[in-house]
Amino acid sequence: MNALEALEKEQMRIDIPEFRPGDTVKVHARIKEGQKERIQIFQGVVIRKRNGNTGATFTVRKISYSIGVERIFPLHSPHIAKIEIISRGRVRRARLYYLRNLRGKAARIKEKRV
Amino acid sequence: MVKTLFGKKIGMTTYFLEQGRSTPVSVIKIGPCVVTQKKTLEKEGYNAIQVGFEPQKKERLTKPLRGHFEASGDGYFSCLREICVDKPDIFELGQEIKADVFNAGDQVNVSGISKGRGFAGVMKRWGFAGGRKTHGSRSHRIPGSIGCSATPGRVLKGRKLPGRKGYQRVTVKNLKVVDVRPEMDIVLIKGAVPGSRNSMVEICKV
Repeated sequence: MNALEALEKEQMRIDIPEFRPGDTVKVHARIKEGQKERIQIFQGVVIRKRNGNTGATFTVRKISYSIGVERIFPLHSPHIAKIEIISRGRVRRARLYYLRNLRGKAARIKEKRV
Repeated sequence: MVKTLFGKKIGMTTYFLEQGRSTPVSVIKIGPCVVTQKKTLEKEGYNAIQVGFEPQKKERLTKPLRGHFEASGDGYFSCLREICVDKPDIFELGQEIKADVFNAGDQVNVSGISKGRGFAGVMKRWGFAGGRKTHGSRSHRIPGSIGCSATPGRVLKGRKLPGRKGYQRVTVKNLKVVDVRPEMDIVLIKGAVPGSRNSMVEICKV
């Protein structure tokens, strides 16, 4: 399995900061429109992280014009220019699917005390 | 050069292309494919080269095979295969054929021995629809009628029935080579290829 591991290691990004479900992040995603490339920012709460080498993904949820929007990003994708961590949240589970049923004040996540 | 090479399926992974799109790829380690014999039109009646694959301990081979390998070079192999070529003369005995035969973007056919599924029913083996699951049905996964009555009074040959599935040679055609890494002797092929991990596969350029 060595060759496979080496290949995956080479594909994986080391510049991604560590974050956990419950954290609020700003994902700078590269978007190509025709010839032009621009950066779109998607800010929201990480509600899930899936492990795996090159196949790892994370899901960010935000409320956009009072409609919940979730976006799944491959963690190691070259499309991600940068991930900024806005705040660390204190949560008790790994998958925050319960946020989907909550709105407004109830959907807030307490900030972690460092 | 050659159009066919032999390798070992190492596994599958996600691979990011240049444009950043992720693709599922099978990772295949090529060879080492070492030329052990040249077959020519004059001598054998056809043009080909014989390659050895998977090094083997000398003690584990029969005497005739040992002699054959000693005549062709130093390496001992557990597996011998022939590759059709136009000019066997351009190859040398003991020459190693590497993964750089393939280029990114090539179309290839990949053959291998599929994973054995054991004794399988008709739904798994032949894709039958099966029967109803509810409403009092008692025929959930059975094949149903397998023929007529008194005429012909027998089941026609070739009827699809339960039996052993898998562990046979399967070819997947027109797969795309995503990337080649000659330094690691690795070929990345888009999609799945037959066989389990560490099984031998044959890659043939279309």
